[in-house]
Amino acid sequence: MDPMDPMDTPTQTADAPPRTLRPSPAEQKRAARGATRPGDRIFLGLSRGSGILLLVIMAAIAVFLTYRAALALSKDDANFLTAFEWNTGLVPPKFGIAVLAFGTVVSSIIAMVIAVPIAVAIALFLTHYAPRRLSGPIAYVIDLLAAVPSIVYGLWGALILVPHMNGLFGWLDDYLGWTGVFSWDQGPPRSMLTVGVLLAIMILPIITNVSREVFRQVPRTHEEAALALGATRWEVVRMAVLPFGRSGVISASMLGLGRALGETMAVATVLSPDFDLHASLLNSGGGTFAQNIASKFSEATEFGRDALIASGLVLFVITLLVNGAARAIIARRKEYSGAHA
Amino acid sequence: MKLQRKNRLRTLSLGAVAVCGALALSACGSDDTGGKDGGSGNSTANASSIKCDNAKGQLLADGSSAQKNAIDAWVKQFSAACGVQINYKGGGSGAGVTAFTQGQVAFAGSDSALKPEEVTASKKVCSGGQGIDLPMVGGPIAVGYNVPGVDHLVLDAPTLAKIFDSKITNWNDGAIKKLNPNAKLPNLKIQAFHRSDESGTTDNFTKYLKAATPENWPYSGGKAWQAKGGQSAPQSSGVAQQVKQTSGAIGYFELSYAKDGIKTVDIDTGAASPVKATVANASKAIADAKVVGTGKDLSLQLNYKTKADNAYPIVLVTYEIVCDKGNKPATLAATKAFLRYIAGEDGQKILEQNDYAPIPDAIISKVRSTIETLS
Repeated sequence: MDPMDPMDTPTQTADAPPRTLRPSPAEQKRAARGATRPGDRIFLGLSRGSGILLLVIMAAIAVFLTYRAALALSKDDANFLTAFEWNTGLVPPKFGIAVLAFGTVVSSIIAMVIAVPIAVAIALFLTHYAPRRLSGPIAYVIDLLAAVPSIVYGLWGALILVPHMNGLFGWLDDYLGWTGVFSWDQGPPRSMLTVGVLLAIMILPIITNVSREVFRQVPRTHEEAALALGATRWEVVRMAVLPFGRSGVISASMLGLGRALGETMAVATVLSPDFDLHASLLNSGGGTFAQNIASKFSEATEFGRDALIASGLVLFVITLLVNGAARAIIARRKEYSGAHA
Repeated sequence: MKLQRKNRLRTLSLGAVAVCGALALSACGSDDTGGKDGGSGNSTANASSIKCDNAKGQLLADGSSAQKNAIDAWVKQFSAACGVQINYKGGGSGAGVTAFTQGQVAFAGSDSALKPEEVTASKKVCSGGQGIDLPMVGGPIAVGYNVPGVDHLVLDAPTLAKIFDSKITNWNDGAIKKLNPNAKLPNLKIQAFHRSDESGTTDNFTKYLKAATPENWPYSGGKAWQAKGGQSAPQSSGVAQQVKQTSGAIGYFELSYAKDGIKTVDIDTGAASPVKATVANASKAIADAKVVGTGKDLSLQLNYKTKADNAYPIVLVTYEIVCDKGNKPATLAATKAFLRYIAGEDGQKILEQNDYAPIPDAIISKVRSTIETLS
């Protein structure tokens, strides 16, 4: 709200009716106010009000969640951070988030590893390679991908993706099974890797779209300069486009990561969750925060809900950390790229 | 300057994308748990036999999704006869009990009886009284399996417990062979499916295992699955779907989900012959239950060890939860009339058409007399 004042006071003062005496600062201010049109004042009030309201709502949510979470945590008989169990119906209740935190982070990382390179490649293709007539429709189709509800992704994943992962899983087990990470017990492939693949498809459009917009912003002069130096098209992309768009791509990835971290229904439909840590990404099991909340909420008692809220709060903290890290990276790159984001 | 402005717009649009992303995130948090498809088309109850007793207005109710289909069928008949609108949400037993103790609903449905602390909480809503459990809907929990070449499968409690506890992991295990001497059991890994969400079905299934074979089922039970290993899926429909499409799978769900070629296990209870999962057999097992509720509460203790002929032991009973005294005057008449109808002969008859088991006469008659005393 305060930043508004210095901005509009001087301009409005200039428009104020001329006076013979130089008014005192207070008077000046009043005059400035008086001179504003009612529309301006209403709009100022509205925007200021919504700003304050937003903060109040956020604070209220935070206080409510923390209070409910604290209620649950005070009764938790297991270590909330390390227990491999979620049983709020026991007396005393035992629940911990170790498996959920691990699963949330792992599935998101898989999704990012798959989605970011593909999304950047699509964005580059659309902005620098594809003929204009083709890039429009492709961009439109990718936008459509973003409009599909997550439960539909979940159903598609459970009914079509899961059966088709058998081949890939067998191949991974044959050639990379020795690593332990890709060993497979031949169970239904409803595992972290499948979830990661599904999440990758879900976050692809958001990363692609934002990256595309960023790449489109690359100054024509940079590219032409590179071309003039004899660069091939790939070298132009590497030397002019990618460095310029890096911070934008990072923030695009963070948007995608946010969606992957919080994805609920698609994960709950595809994953076969349990409360154990599994070294293998191919064997079913594990879980994520959002999936756990979705699957436990409807039958949860009052106390069970408090416990779920506590887990949600941890997800919130993780998301904050990730966002903070992304902002730090962007801030560091900012002066170099000179770009937005 | 122009460029600058464009950049600012760009930043704005990025912000807008971020906000949209956040909205999209928050939008995918909810899910509808009222899984099954609604109502029955072929109910034959005679609407004119429903006593309306000045029932009017609107009833709100919430609770177990296991009895949602039964309630839907009842509501159809009752609304047609009395013009009372009944909105049963089927948001889950936990949600139903919470809504009841907060005074938001006229009655709740739950597949487990009220816990002592929930009874205490209900006293705030029921002025001068407390919440009571009225058993209203029974149902067999079927154990479905998918083993190629096996059309008939018999299991007993210890074998079931070992399968679901990952102690027996192959279909050609000796214990299964012993119970099925004539079946061609393949060398196939068992994929035991349980519910990934908390559920009264899990609660009742594990209660059965715990009661029937405590030495093979060391877990305390509850709505959350406790055994390690195995596969999981959300909702009964999810488990049924997985069993259907996974070779070597076995899973538990309400009988109404055992269709489209899913075969169910016959349980060897020690009775003369293995018992099929049918509605009639479930009713026989419920008849063996004892009323353990005190006062007007009629919560049941099921006899999971029953050896009676044709009594299918893995059953689930859903209760309607109301105040014994101190129901809200505005909804009392309608609540009473509705409960009277569903506990009545016509109401209980509809259950069978929807794959639920009626409550046996000895118990339902107590329910009927209790309903008349509600105030």
